[in-house]
Amino acid sequence: MAYATAHHEEHHDEHDEGIKVMGFWLFLVTDCILFGALFATYAVLVNHTAGGLTGKEFFEVPGFVSETFILLTSSFTSGLAVLSMHKGKIKPLIGWLIVTLLLGMCFVGLEIHEFQTMVHEGATISISAFFTAFYTLVSTHGLHVSVGIIWMISITIQLKRYGITSVTKRKVTIISLYWHFLDAVWIFLYTVVYLMGVM
Amino acid sequence: MLDKLKDFLSHFFVTGEPMIYGADVAILLTLAGIIFVLTYLKKWKWLWREWLTTVDHKKIGIMYMLSSLLMLFRGGVDALLMRMQLAFPQWHFLDSNHYNEIFTTHGTIMILFMAMPLMFAFFNIVVPLQIGARDVAYPFLNAVSFWLFFFGAMLFNLSFVIGGSPDAGWLSYPPLSGMQFSPGPGQDFYIWGIQISGIGSLASGINFIMTILKMRAPGMKLMHMPLFTWSVLASCIIIIFAFPVLTVTLALLFIDRFFDGHLFTMTGGGNPMMYINLIWMWGHPEVYIVVLPAFGIFSEIVATFSQKKIFGYKSMVFSMMIISVLSYFTWVHHFFTMGAGANVNVFFAITTMAIGIPTGVKVFNWLFTMFRGRIQMTQPMLWTIAFIPCFVVGGATGVMLSAAPADYQYHNSYFLVAHFHQVLIGGVVFGFFAGLYYWWPKMFGFKLDDRLGKWAFWTWNIGFYVCFMPQYALGFMGMTRRIYTYDFDMGWGPLNVISTVGAFFMGIGFIFQAWQILHGIKYGERDVTGDPWNGRTLEWSIPSPPPHYNFAVIPTVTGQDAWWTIKKERKKKKAKETATFSPIHMPKNSGIPFIMSVFWFIAGFGLTFHWVWMAIFGLTGVGACLLARSFQYNSDYYIPVDEIRHTEDSVGRVG
Ligand code: HEM
Ligand SMILES: [Cu+2]
Repeated sequence: MAYATAHHEEHHDEHDEGIKVMGFWLFLVTDCILFGALFATYAVLVNHTAGGLTGKEFFEVPGFVSETFILLTSSFTSGLAVLSMHKGKIKPLIGWLIVTLLLGMCFVGLEIHEFQTMVHEGATISISAFFTAFYTLVSTHGLHVSVGIIWMISITIQLKRYGITSVTKRKVTIISLYWHFLDAVWIFLYTVVYLMGVM
Repeated sequence: MLDKLKDFLSHFFVTGEPMIYGADVAILLTLAGIIFVLTYLKKWKWLWREWLTTVDHKKIGIMYMLSSLLMLFRGGVDALLMRMQLAFPQWHFLDSNHYNEIFTTHGTIMILFMAMPLMFAFFNIVVPLQIGARDVAYPFLNAVSFWLFFFGAMLFNLSFVIGGSPDAGWLSYPPLSGMQFSPGPGQDFYIWGIQISGIGSLASGINFIMTILKMRAPGMKLMHMPLFTWSVLASCIIIIFAFPVLTVTLALLFIDRFFDGHLFTMTGGGNPMMYINLIWMWGHPEVYIVVLPAFGIFSEIVATFSQKKIFGYKSMVFSMMIISVLSYFTWVHHFFTMGAGANVNVFFAITTMAIGIPTGVKVFNWLFTMFRGRIQMTQPMLWTIAFIPCFVVGGATGVMLSAAPADYQYHNSYFLVAHFHQVLIGGVVFGFFAGLYYWWPKMFGFKLDDRLGKWAFWTWNIGFYVCFMPQYALGFMGMTRRIYTYDFDMGWGPLNVISTVGAFFMGIGFIFQAWQILHGIKYGERDVTGDPWNGRTLEWSIPSPPPHYNFAVIPTVTGQDAWWTIKKERKKKKAKETATFSPIHMPKNSGIPFIMSVFWFIAGFGLTFHWVWMAIFGLTGVGACLLARSFQYNSDYYIPVDEIRHTEDSVGRVG
């Protein structure tokens, strides 16, 4: 299909970019399963606190609520970036990406801070199965966000260099898909880990 | 200072075993030999340009094939060592610790570093050709997948001479594989060797799904696809559902080991059964990942050499899709003895038995295809026919195992060992051999010798039954798996001797095959037509070996067995088709996949020895490679019409 006819060359690029976006959707499916397995482990081990400390004693409502708020906002701003891109406006596109980036960094910063305080108060990864599962699940998400940040910086630089082309367009589409996906995962984390944890 | 160094080195390198010293010497000599030959023949540049940086799916496929045959050799030597140890009661050829290491590395290598890559070899070599494509969907990613597999396998194999091999079984159950019982680096070699190559497998799964869905020649509907391509699709669907679970499982095991976590430990609230559930959620689908493509291969071969359309095409497709779904819901049959309760066990027993139905359908379809066909007993066909009874017996013993109450009896006995080898060797290995003989002329442009092939075939087959049939009986006599020696009064001696003799027969079969390949390189009959078997599918419509762009002109497909149809039409018209060429768009070679995988290797090695600096260095390198790729904008080019015409002329095809 890709190379079907002689007149295909001009359209070729667009087609290639389309396949890449679809492939990324498949990647997201695999990432969903990855998180699914982590959630399952967490669910099995959530009461295995070895008779010791529980999450309730450590989760701080203002902390995780503001993390949630920041991440949701960043998802929104990344959406605005894509909208500007479709209008062909490079300046707001880059602007919104930078806002998204900053919010993402805030989120990671807050999470690190949260972990630090918890560890400081004695809730380390090795005190019980529950805490191992907790840190693993939450930091896997955090790691994803961090990778996303570096990736987004690289795309922003490319946008500055090359402007909006079929290639950079695809890249922005993909990173925003990724960002929304992390947002969705966080909503589960928020509910299953934090809300149910403090209840 | 010097003492410290000495102490370090004696732990770092595996010492104290004459056999391992022998292996050390052999490895060093081989390496030196390779380096010498490459330098002497001035082939370094060629190696880098033509192979290490290639993104051509056919070359990547060939590299997969070579590495996996090498791994078959290593896994096979392991198998023979084990069989030698078990041949006689109270025998002390290997000690218990060494035996544990060997069955662990044997199982892991055979499944992850032999069967998987051999399967990917066929994906790469055959799928794009069968669907009339010039490439896979993501050629660069494809190269990344290969090199990740390769360096993952190298990392795992290194454990043999550096640090010490893992010894907790091929699925590494905790708590045995936890820090408390396996403090050495062996277990981490296991984790990172598999993790790195597993990422590559996952990427291949995505790659081939997209290739099959998006790159088919015009006119080729899904229901026109060759059955091998269908089997690849089914297998890839399982890959993308199963491999993320493996990634998680290994990561969690590592977290327990490295960060002193308590997910699977006996203390701190850990739950080892959680690991066992997770690993089998990958492990059971895994066997279907490798066996479905073998089914696809048999389907192609049966149709070609019965010179008939495959019987029941639709039911074949349907049954593969059912298997790909069901395979995900059977994992508990590996531990009915867990104590999950009757209802859970019944559910999993039924799903397991249910898989037998679509599989049975396939067997009947192959038989009906052969029925009244004009069968040609070529080498691929021989292996296919040998597979059928073997798989039927393997399937029957599998159904016996899937009866939950009975499993309390067979669990972890030699009956099980015989069963899974019967399906893995009879199904997967025979299938892949059949595929090798079938597509060999396509890959390399020459055929393999028939006489040597028959010797290989008979030694393998006789050896197989002699080796594994006694093991069913041994299982009933109470011999359990993973024991390294037994007493005279058990009465297991005679059957074990017979079994070992059989194993050596298979080893001889392998030697015949190696010989056959060398013989073929020298004397092999050239295939000038590109269609030595009078094939039915598109890969036989182009020259052997295919030019790097595969199809000078993309064919238009109107139904199943596309090439068969084209041949018939041509006969009717009696006219040669004249083609007009247009420039072909191709990806450029790239060194990044190779370099990035080297960094993964470094990172994996660092993580294995818990040298954080090295791990960080490696992972930074990986990141840098990814960024470098992201900034690479001109990564493809066009082949001009003149060049295409020239290439086509030189293989005797006029444009
Ligand atoms: C070529 C002839 C082969 C022979 C003679 C052979 C022999 C053996 C033996 C003696 C064991 C150890 C059983 C025990 O002590 O419990 C074993 C285990 C195993 N083999 Fe093979 N094998 C062969 C080929 C294969 C192939 C082709 C595969 C997979 C594709 C395979 C997969 C395994 C696995 C997964 C185990 C279990 C390892 C464990 O217990 O952790 N073998 N084999
Ligand atoms: Cu299973």
